Amino acid sequence: MSGWYAAAPLIVAMTTAAATTLAHAMPRTQRALSLAGAFALLAASIALMDAVWRGGMIVVQSSNWDAPFGITLAVDTFGAVMTLIAAITGAACLIFAIPEIEERHRRAWFHPLSHVLLLGVCGAFITGDLFNLYVWFEVMLIASFGLMTIGGTKAQTDGAVKYVALNLVATLLFLLAVGLIYGMTGTLNYADLSRTIPNVGNTGVLTASAMLLMAAFGMKAAVFPLFFWLPAAYHTPLVSVSAVFAGLLTKVGVYALMRAFTLLFTHDVGWTHEILLWVSGLTMITGVLGAAAQSEMRRILSWHIISQIGYMVMGLALYTPLAIVGSVFYLVHHIIVKANLFLIAGVAARLTGSMELKKIGGLYQSAPLLGVLFFIPAFSLAGFPPLSGFWAKLILVRAALEGREWWIAAAALVTGLLTIYSMTKIWGEAFWKPHPEGGEAAAPLAAAPAAMLAPIVTLAAMTIVIGLFAQPFWIVAERAAAEMLDPTVYAAAVLGGLP
Amino acid sequence: MNSLILRAATRVLAPMMLMLSLFLLWRGHNLPGGGFIGGLVATSAIALQGIAFGPEVARRTLVLPPAVLAGVGLVVAVIATLPAGLVELPFFTGLWLKLDLGDGAILPLSTPLLFDIGVFLVVIGGVCAILLALEEDPETDQAGEP
Repeated sequence: MSGWYAAAPLIVAMTTAAATTLAHAMPRTQRALSLAGAFALLAASIALMDAVWRGGMIVVQSSNWDAPFGITLAVDTFGAVMTLIAAITGAACLIFAIPEIEERHRRAWFHPLSHVLLLGVCGAFITGDLFNLYVWFEVMLIASFGLMTIGGTKAQTDGAVKYVALNLVATLLFLLAVGLIYGMTGTLNYADLSRTIPNVGNTGVLTASAMLLMAAFGMKAAVFPLFFWLPAAYHTPLVSVSAVFAGLLTKVGVYALMRAFTLLFTHDVGWTHEILLWVSGLTMITGVLGAAAQSEMRRILSWHIISQIGYMVMGLALYTPLAIVGSVFYLVHHIIVKANLFLIAGVAARLTGSMELKKIGGLYQSAPLLGVLFFIPAFSLAGFPPLSGFWAKLILVRAALEGREWWIAAAALVTGLLTIYSMTKIWGEAFWKPHPEGGEAAAPLAAAPAAMLAPIVTLAAMTIVIGLFAQPFWIVAERAAAEMLDPTVYAAAVLGGLP
Repeated sequence: MNSLILRAATRVLAPMMLMLSLFLLWRGHNLPGGGFIGGLVATSAIALQGIAFGPEVARRTLVLPPAVLAGVGLVVAVIATLPAGLVELPFFTGLWLKLDLGDGAILPLSTPLLFDIGVFLVVIGGVCAILLALEEDPETDQAGEP
């Protein structure tokens, strides 16, 4: 009955979404249900991680229809890690949201939409079927459209329209690719695909559909040159919403890329992964340069999401065991750090009144502890030892050097350096510089509600723990990478002894 | 919209569409149809009422607020996936309960039917919430509220 571990996160998230919908007229009950649901999801994903770690990959043939005919849920180490990290981010941001959301935000269905979003994210990590992945993407997108416009300002609507339009293009490409792949192979089950794709004679069409998928997932992941929607949208919604988006949504795209280009399309690594390598380098550089030109905290951080996505894709593109370990490690580190930075930006704006660096300052004097809390994820992002980002970057740069890809290693190092520039800009402007309006100083940290600080402290502690005790995380990432690089194990687990 | 023809036609059409939606829901078990299609047909009937007589009338037809319908539907759908666990079968496996009504008549009740009913309610609730919100004046601030 281990299969229920894989289904549990989905059941929990869906039940929470339903319960919060029904409790919509009762604000306190709804909030309690929402938080309880977030922690239940966390518990379910911890149980899933534990079960996968002990017993290996978990496969559910839902409805008892055997693969490849039914809808398969399949969770390997990578999927379990991602589900767990999604649940952690979801819980942190929902706690942060308690003091942030106002009654009008709540009435705009904040809680149900948040849980539908988490449902979509977890579903994408748990499914073992390409079309099912498409469905979870849709669930996730519909919820994110709703969440993005909560508040109803002009900037939000503007950002959401761009977000919706570009994501629908990506969805269309995804669907086209799914159609082509089904036409060629007659199946959409990952495991079955990984067995049938090597036998497809027409490699031209195969590569074409791989490229369509790369474009679709790349757009979701916001890689160069398909990232325009992200900086246009991510600085507009509520802080807790943008933190979930920043932490999770683009990473679902990265996850899908990693699945597709380790499990499915490895027939022409010289072509597909070479493109990914160039894309990753350009993503890193453009993202970090874009950030340098910004002066609003969340805009700076949004551009950094793009540059960081480059690192994760870089690991996939190098396609060596060490590089994939690096990508997995980077994903985990990045989700925690990035969500935390958005939350900290939210607190900074609450204490000073703005996200615009020109309008604020003096935070170090009024709230020195926030400075420390900012310092941890910011310098982890830039890759300072002994924080989590250092190990993530070290593994990837080492993999690049071992693969003799000198220029990508150089790009990764330069990007790290420029990241420090942006982080010191936020530090210098928001924390060091005196408040521009003269006597009117920033509020002390005590002015921020404890419910906002608790998730920030927890996430910062996790960053430190990953940095100081990297070994266990490395072992998990190594196992995840080993599983990904051997698709036959995945296929055998799902299809059993079928030829 | 104020049209005598539309209102007269709606009085006849809406009940028929609602019955058709139930038929589609029932039939979808083994033949084309099902909760999703049935839900959309039922929603069309509600939408027609909303256009002909105004959104308040459509709300009264629904009895429960659309969001509650959707929430109940979601709960029903989730519940339908669970009984399989009691008999050690994978998540979502369909189970049948065949009630003997006497005279050789058998009424098969199943978890897929329960799931379809859930989908039916989610579709009606979700789509009606959107439609009614669009038809109503946003200033009254009751769009989709239970």
